[in-house]
Amino acid sequence: MSNVPQELRYTKSHEWVRTLPDGTVEIGITDHAQHALGDLVFVEVPEAGRTVQPGEACAVVESVKAASDVYAPLGGEITAGNPELAAAPETVNADAYGKGWLLRLRPAPGALAAAGLLSAADYEKVLTAEGG
Amino acid sequence: MARQTPLFKLHQELQARLVDFGGWDMPVQYSSQIGEHHAVRRAAGVFDVSHMCVVDLRGERARAFLQRLLANDVARLTAPGRALYSCMLNEAGGVLDDLIVYFLDERFLRLVVNAGTRDKDLAWIRRHAAEFGVEVTERTDLAMLAVQGPEARAKAARLLPAAQAEAALALPVFTGRELGSWFVARTGYTGEAGFEIMLPAAEAVPAWRSLNALGVASCGLGARDTLRLEAGMNLYGNDMDESTHPYESNLGWTVALEPAQRDFIGRAALERIQREGAARRLVGLVLEDRGVLRSHQRVSTAQGGAGEITSGTFSPTLERSIALARVPADSRGSVQVEIRGRQLPARIVRPPFVRHGKSLIS
Repeated sequence: MSNVPQELRYTKSHEWVRTLPDGTVEIGITDHAQHALGDLVFVEVPEAGRTVQPGEACAVVESVKAASDVYAPLGGEITAGNPELAAAPETVNADAYGKGWLLRLRPAPGALAAAGLLSAADYEKVLTAEGG
Repeated sequence: MARQTPLFKLHQELQARLVDFGGWDMPVQYSSQIGEHHAVRRAAGVFDVSHMCVVDLRGERARAFLQRLLANDVARLTAPGRALYSCMLNEAGGVLDDLIVYFLDERFLRLVVNAGTRDKDLAWIRRHAAEFGVEVTERTDLAMLAVQGPEARAKAARLLPAAQAEAALALPVFTGRELGSWFVARTGYTGEAGFEIMLPAAEAVPAWRSLNALGVASCGLGARDTLRLEAGMNLYGNDMDESTHPYESNLGWTVALEPAQRDFIGRAALERIQREGAARRLVGLVLEDRGVLRSHQRVSTAQGGAGEITSGTFSPTLERSIALARVPADSRGSVQVEIRGRQLPARIVRPPFVRHGKSLIS
């Protein structure tokens, strides 16, 4: 059974979103996603300063098997990509909700409310529906 | 409905991730693909390869038949049990499949062919066997386990009675032998020492459990793929198929044009290609940057040519990405590979990349 922390918000495409005290958000992939991908061997994160639209591919996670895009759950300006993942992509497998964060962004005005993010309970329903 | 091997329920019990592979429900990994890979390089792992197709050929002219059917020459097989790797070609020299043939006696040879090409292969083999009066039997009653790694042979031998264990451990490389109800061969697809064991379906699950109890790790097809690619071994359907010939598939060494009078299927086409020179070749690539090479990525060579990756992955042993790529025959030195719109540098190397746990790449 996948770990789905209560305090985070989610997307149907298995990203999580954490609101930080300064109003920016931290984004990563869920425990379910890292498990489905298997051992990650390469992670590409965006550069700070880039503006992304909701649903835009903004990072790439590659396992031994395949490469997968990570989509921006909401629009905004990237404030950081996780610099640790280039050398240690397996961090995403080990700590998907913590040290394995992929990027941080400053939401565009109203973007967070407009994103339609799921609660933990609703994301668990998505997983159940997928048979996960 | 996908087919299942005699080990299917055990894979489920071991919580393997099962995927469709050539029409079979097969385990791609149990816990960690990279962990399974390292288990084989460092100790021992066991793979279910029962989806592969064992075909027995019996008849007075069984050897003559294979001298017609195969690009490599079974005349090289003189001692009982000796194995030979060969391509089976069409008339145009395209690769129908790659296989291993075991010489058991003058009236009995055994082929092991790929799962995904089973129906095509059987039809082709039967069609050509008829004129040689050779009986073709698909051995669906057998399971097949590959036990691979530096500790694999010693551990697998412990499953056998003492005299048979001794015989198994005495097997020369690329040789197999019937030991009781098992056929044990010193072959594999990982670049490590080990056995491939064909055994009655009902004995497969107990054998697997006994191997696990001896510390042999359950390994899926995911690790099998990274291991074979590190070992520089081709995968049928990726690295060669009916549209490619052995000389552009790094398999020229498996084609026996001598003796000149042996008229194997595809010979005329290969002789012409030899005369004219192959336009392309299959090479190894090592990615210089971070990233992962994947099949179908475009390759640009320093000589201005274009090619394509046929198999690519992350190499757990080398901790960098490696690939096989088909490029123009004059390609040398460094190349650029297009990955998501960016050109990343890689260099051409001669496979294998890893052998017996050691890197062969500088």
